[in-house]
Amino acid sequence: MQNRNLVSISDLTKDEILALLRRAKEFEKNPNQHILDGKVVGSLFFEPSTRTRLSFETAVNRLGGRVIGFSDARTSSQSKGETLKDTIMMVANYADLIVMRHPLEGAARYASEISKVPIVNAGDGSNQHPSQTMLDLYTIYQTQGTLDNLTITMVGDLKYGRTVHSLLEAMHYFNPKFIFVACDELKMPQQYKDYCKELGIEYEETRDFSEDVINKTDILYMTRVQRERFSDLMEYERVKNIYTLTASMLKGCKPNLRVLHPLPRVTEIAQDVDDTPQAYYFEQALNGLYTREAIICRALGL
Amino acid sequence: MSIQGKKELAVAALQNGIVIDHIPCPALFKVVNILGIENMENGVFIGNNLSSRSMGHKGLIKIADIDLPKETLNRIAVVAPNAVINIIKDYEVVEKHKVELPEDLFDIVKCTNPKCISNNEPMSTHFHVLDKDEFKCHFCERIVSREEVVLK
Ligand SMILES: [Zn+2]
Repeated sequence: MQNRNLVSISDLTKDEILALLRRAKEFEKNPNQHILDGKVVGSLFFEPSTRTRLSFETAVNRLGGRVIGFSDARTSSQSKGETLKDTIMMVANYADLIVMRHPLEGAARYASEISKVPIVNAGDGSNQHPSQTMLDLYTIYQTQGTLDNLTITMVGDLKYGRTVHSLLEAMHYFNPKFIFVACDELKMPQQYKDYCKELGIEYEETRDFSEDVINKTDILYMTRVQRERFSDLMEYERVKNIYTLTASMLKGCKPNLRVLHPLPRVTEIAQDVDDTPQAYYFEQALNGLYTREAIICRALGL
Repeated sequence: MSIQGKKELAVAALQNGIVIDHIPCPALFKVVNILGIENMENGVFIGNNLSSRSMGHKGLIKIADIDLPKETLNRIAVVAPNAVINIIKDYEVVEKHKVELPEDLFDIVKCTNPKCISNNEPMSTHFHVLDKDEFKCHFCERIVSREEVVLK
């Protein structure tokens, strides 16, 4: 059988990414399709993530499938010390597909090797979250009409933010240019800059979240700067305001610029940005539904 | 007697078995561990901090009357990538080759990431060898350098 797990975005070829995006577009036109009639999807959230869980479970429901599972490991057998393996083996007996979120890194990869049904990774610790990356790609494609030759500016927490790392890896197929905007404590790790160098991907790095940078950007990808990432709280207080986007900063931007954010946001996007034509983060979240419908269908070979 | 002469004598003293040479001194006991030598009933000679022309100092292990498969011996390349295996038959070196790092390491090395599933579940570890000095955890994707290696 063809391997239809989705554990890491790097498991997908360029053609597979494009096929998923085309499929997501069909679901955008018509999200309600009876493709999963009679199918059962296991939704195993070993740690709570309401946003991701609702998006996946809505996708299953809109495709006519049924969901079993749990939304918090404290209410499941995990709390009795059951191994991940035993839980996966049990659920694989009941479900046609398992969507799982787990606090430990590598949990989905391991599950995919012991499960007889396909595994879709809905986040494993700070490692991978491929459906987030797919919805980011879909949103970029939807707003720009292409994935090719775009300037993508990433702002905020570029050190710990797995969404920016995965997006960077996925975009390498499409000749992007990156601008990394972050303070020293949260700058893009060397490993990813080396990755760009190896692949001949152009990038700039700056501490300065300026209009100069914004005005050459096609996609402005904002991320949350979390207080717990800082050893020095003074530094956090200083930085959180520097990397806040306000509506006035968008005055001279390119007309096609769109602001994305994986949500939830805290202070990094001011409320007045919501009313600009550039704000696109709520639509981006909705795209999660269409891309997850596409991911589920691919996993089941439907 | 020269150092070289002493070494030849040491190797020659083994009638049948394996001599593992050119082990970096800090890796010697890791090699002992990987091969499970502490549980062997064969005659074993372990030398460390021996003079070596090419390495300055080195470790050396001789195991009598044993025949280990290549895959087993190659496991030590994780900590001793330049180790040389000498197969001895009737006091003669009948085969001599360098260990070779396999592409994948199964259950040899522990992941350094405490949040890795492999450190929290009764399971084997699995690393992809990126090059001689770097291994990538198959599960959590953490890259572990040879200096950081902790054996399972
Ligand atoms: Zn690991």
